[in-house]
Amino acid sequence: MDINVRDGYFYTKEHEWAKIEGNRARVGLTDYAQHKLGDITYVEPPEIGKRVKQFEYLTGIESVKAASDIYAPLSGRVAAFNDALESSPELVNSSCYDEGWIAEIEISDPSETANLMDAVAYRAYAAGLE
Amino acid sequence: METRITPLKDEHLAHHALMAPFAGWEMPIHYGSILDEAKHTRCAVSIFDITHMGELFVKENPAQSSLERAITVPVTTMKVGRCRYGFLLDEAGGILDDLIVYRLAEDEWMIVVNASNEVQDYEMILDRLSSPATIENRSAEIVKIDVQGPLSIDVMKSIAGDGVSKLSFYEFGRFDFLGSSHIVSRTGYTGELGFEVYVGREKGEDLWRRLLSEPNVRPAGLGARDILRLEMGYPLYGHELTPATTPIEAGLDRFLDMKKEFIGKDTLTKQIREGVAKRLIGFCAESRRIPRHEHHILVDGVQRGYVTSGVFSPHLNRGIGMGYVDASIAVPGTAIDVDTEKGAFTATIERVPFLKQTSIKHQEA
Repeated sequence: MDINVRDGYFYTKEHEWAKIEGNRARVGLTDYAQHKLGDITYVEPPEIGKRVKQFEYLTGIESVKAASDIYAPLSGRVAAFNDALESSPELVNSSCYDEGWIAEIEISDPSETANLMDAVAYRAYAAGLE
Repeated sequence: METRITPLKDEHLAHHALMAPFAGWEMPIHYGSILDEAKHTRCAVSIFDITHMGELFVKENPAQSSLERAITVPVTTMKVGRCRYGFLLDEAGGILDDLIVYRLAEDEWMIVVNASNEVQDYEMILDRLSSPATIENRSAEIVKIDVQGPLSIDVMKSIAGDGVSKLSFYEFGRFDFLGSSHIVSRTGYTGELGFEVYVGREKGEDLWRRLLSEPNVRPAGLGARDILRLEMGYPLYGHELTPATTPIEAGLDRFLDMKKEFIGKDTLTKQIREGVAKRLIGFCAESRRIPRHEHHILVDGVQRGYVTSGVFSPHLNRGIGMGYVDASIAVPGTAIDVDTEKGAFTATIERVPFLKQTSIKHQEA
């Protein structure tokens, strides 16, 4: 399987990505994750303002195959949800790093990126799962 | 039991199929996108490898007909060339399998059964037949391919000749192609105009490739098939139909011939007269959330039933499902909650089929 991994993003073992701009992290699912989940049919809008901790529950997602959890790559406060997903959750399949982003987190501790993988490490990690 | 493998496996892998275990077989679940395959079937034509289903052949003098008592289908009064849907019941009216009977000749029938029940069905029917009736399980010799969708008629005419367009709904014929004669029936499990094609195992690959060479034809897997059948409210064995349910509870009275005798009839007669405690219903979620097998159905916080199947319907853009509920609430329009492991969501009981306008009853002009 060819896995698309975006340079400049951070990654978790649970296949979330985070792209940091200033004090905000935009968060989504990786190409590997969307491929494994199959057609995405629903993304639960997280409560705006909710506090989340790194690697803990952020929100829920459903695909034709299963319901699963999305975990926060970084601690902070949920600042935005991608409203386009309410009517077009398939954007997570078709454009997982761009239009299919899921949420934005106002991050509380930038040093937590040390617990995440960079693109090179994640590419090797995902390839090892095949 | 050893996993059985479809002879079309290499064809599926060449089309990037995800293969997975299903009813003792390794079968294609999808070829990339379950939703796209479901949508393509409703607007064009898809082919499905359904080789896992079983084919049992019974021969018996119709004047004797122990087969008549063995299953619910009126085998000796149905016409040669017709198909009928029905059930194999236990003594208490519980559903051992649902099946389609093809009357091949005055004294010969083909019974198409579910993969998971093939061996038990064979043994049960054998046990119920009286000598000199015979039953033969030819499942391993047959490849079954379903050709389904509004454009399926063009594809089938191109392969089997114009004669296929004369078949009416639930009629079959024998047609010459790929160098021999094969059964083609105007049946299916998608709710669209469609055909089911039975060929010898050795011809399977040729037929599959021939079908794919036709315009607008794409392969579809069992994932899409599950969506398509649920959009029509068709039950599936092991989900809506089990030995703990009867055809009356499942609301399938119209497929029964209560004028004839068959094993399990007493319970059904009683249920028709006295009513049932639970009923099979269809329901539509208010949202895109998907109900799944064994989720609880609640009304005012109290469990009143359970989900037997659920999918996301790409044609209604919401979750749909089927399940059993207390008969007293089995009324279209009733609001229910579906309790999932990730929170509950609201749904409404609706009459099936969920999709009312499909190509299934298409007639050639």
